[in-house]
Amino acid sequence: MSEGTLYDAVWDRHRVRRLPSGQDQLFVGLHLIHEVTSPQAFGMLEERDLEVAYPERTHATVDHIVPTDDRERPYDDDAAESMMAKLEENVADAGLTFDHPDTGRQGIVHVIGPEQGLTQPGMTVVCGDSHTATHGAFGALAFGIGTSQIRDVFATGTVAMEKQAVRRIEVTGELGDGVTAKDLILTIIGELGTDGGVGYVYEYGGPAVESLSMPGRMTVCNMSIEGGARAGYVNPDETTYEWLSETDAFEASPGKFADRKGYWESIRSGDDATYDDVVTIDAAEIEPTVTWGTTPGQTVGVSEPVPAPETLPSDDRAVAERAQDHMGVEPGEPMAGFPVDVAFLGSCTNARLPDLRAAAEIVEGHEVADDVRGLVVPGSQRVKAAAEREGLDEAFRAAGFEWRGAGCSMCLGMNDDQLEGDEVCASSSNRNFVGRQGSADGRTILMSPEMVAAAAVTGEVTDVRELAAAPEVAR
Amino acid sequence: MSAPDGDDAVDAPAVERVTGTGVPVRGNDIDTDQIIPSRFLKVLTFEGLGEFAFFDQRYENTGPDADGGETAESPTDHPFNEEGFQDANVLVVNANFGCGSSREHAPQALQRWGIDAVVGESFAEIFAGNCLALGIPTVTAETEEIEALQDHVETHPDTEITVDVADERVSYADREIDAAVDPAQHQSLVAGEWDTTALLGSNPEQVAETAASLPYTDR
Repeated sequence: MSEGTLYDAVWDRHRVRRLPSGQDQLFVGLHLIHEVTSPQAFGMLEERDLEVAYPERTHATVDHIVPTDDRERPYDDDAAESMMAKLEENVADAGLTFDHPDTGRQGIVHVIGPEQGLTQPGMTVVCGDSHTATHGAFGALAFGIGTSQIRDVFATGTVAMEKQAVRRIEVTGELGDGVTAKDLILTIIGELGTDGGVGYVYEYGGPAVESLSMPGRMTVCNMSIEGGARAGYVNPDETTYEWLSETDAFEASPGKFADRKGYWESIRSGDDATYDDVVTIDAAEIEPTVTWGTTPGQTVGVSEPVPAPETLPSDDRAVAERAQDHMGVEPGEPMAGFPVDVAFLGSCTNARLPDLRAAAEIVEGHEVADDVRGLVVPGSQRVKAAAEREGLDEAFRAAGFEWRGAGCSMCLGMNDDQLEGDEVCASSSNRNFVGRQGSADGRTILMSPEMVAAAAVTGEVTDVRELAAAPEVAR
Repeated sequence: MSAPDGDDAVDAPAVERVTGTGVPVRGNDIDTDQIIPSRFLKVLTFEGLGEFAFFDQRYENTGPDADGGETAESPTDHPFNEEGFQDANVLVVNANFGCGSSREHAPQALQRWGIDAVVGESFAEIFAGNCLALGIPTVTAETEEIEALQDHVETHPDTEITVDVADERVSYADREIDAAVDPAQHQSLVAGEWDTTALLGSNPEQVAETAASLPYTDR
């Protein structure tokens, strides 16, 4: 078993007791909720005549069903309206803080927590959402839970969990130009597999991870679950503290910040920490990476050939054949040049300000290709406002993108933002599952925001490094 | 049967074994979006989700219709459509079943369709945890054993299968398979302690002490 890691330290600090099942009862430092997975849990509380035990540690937003165009109430979609109304009722009854769209703080749950400084190093963070691992970027122990567990956390402030093994993913070297945190995590999942992380928590480290910004680290941790790991984290450092010092939580409280920093430093994995497994990845080897199939582990460098199923390990062949049939990709051909119909820039993986800035830079001097629908969906109202202050909205609009309100949007198509028929989407989101983006025949190609921008303007999957080198881009 | 005492007592019967007929759903990496597509998550309760289990796999043409209902045309040969499997309660799957989203709607839909136990090569963690919270065992066995069971069930849908959680065995026809059950799942199911709310709520003072010991709970 691991020893001396951040995971061990945070686990021990939050452990209330050992349960008869052998699991531990863990105190929850931050419980984030949204409209999709919470209503049934509130319903169960009511049935059992229970109340939210730690309302001050519980924070709500609305993201999955919220429209990104016409946000006037009532929403056009009756189901969405009823979910929003239920959330409003539930949070009012329980006395919870709610980042309602009227507050200007609404956004995707994994964008707003870090943005406001709710997410802090050394905390346990849970949410009824598998991408909760995002918060691990701050050195928090963060994981997704189901609705029955949301009920547990509401009622008791705790959750029953089994301790996992820890795998250190050491990323050496430097990412090349045009290669991003998204390419790194897609490569990691491609190498370790979609179930490689089952039973593990991932600790991401090494020079290439340490040099990432907080949004970059969030992108990496966000997709831990796509590799089967329920949680992933990065040890906190000066980059983390700088981000936190500028959040609502600490901006006006230097004393509190200094106090907390002592704790944050104390929970970092020690130099002599023991891991259950260590995997090393060379950042310099990573190319802009895209998916060719229907699992996030089916990845390839954009210019490399799509693998033939018979060349893959036997367990992966049937899945690969079905995936290639669905996608219409040819083994042996590269993904570069594959035509796209939609470009989606958004989601909890890649819709923070630096993501939008980087994509806008690629778009500059170009226009969205004919017949391509380009959609930019900022991760939060604050991201949107900040982008607008920089004129990014104008840059995207001028190029022919739609500039939308904050929400999960086309990542999973629970609002009107959906693929139609067998459209192909160049997407900065996290899942390329069949049907994920709202159409059973829809096709998703995962990539970085920069690559989405490049695909939008050329109308096909494009190596962003080649586009940026083209003479019409004046840098 | 053992249920927690007190006002919030909930029926969480011990699940020592599940007996019934099987339904094979083949393929690795069957994700939660296939088990229940996200458009069916626009609900306030889990009621009625059973009919939408594997919905987009069960029909060639699906999607919301103009009246707020669902189009379902051209049924496929998905096992959940087949007459012989309609009364099955043991789902037999392959590797990494339930990967993806944390949506409890996935096991809720399966349970409401009629599934009481899942036997497979391996499961995604959040999915298995969500199953446990509903008293559904997720039992694993070797690939060859699972494939043999799937083959058998396909040709003999009436065969009775016993998923013995307590003894970690799956038996059918004249065969007996060694199966593995996660230790915490084993203990929780056999003891009837899989609904954890009462248990976790039984020591509020201790929880408050842990909370107070943390350096960030002073606001």
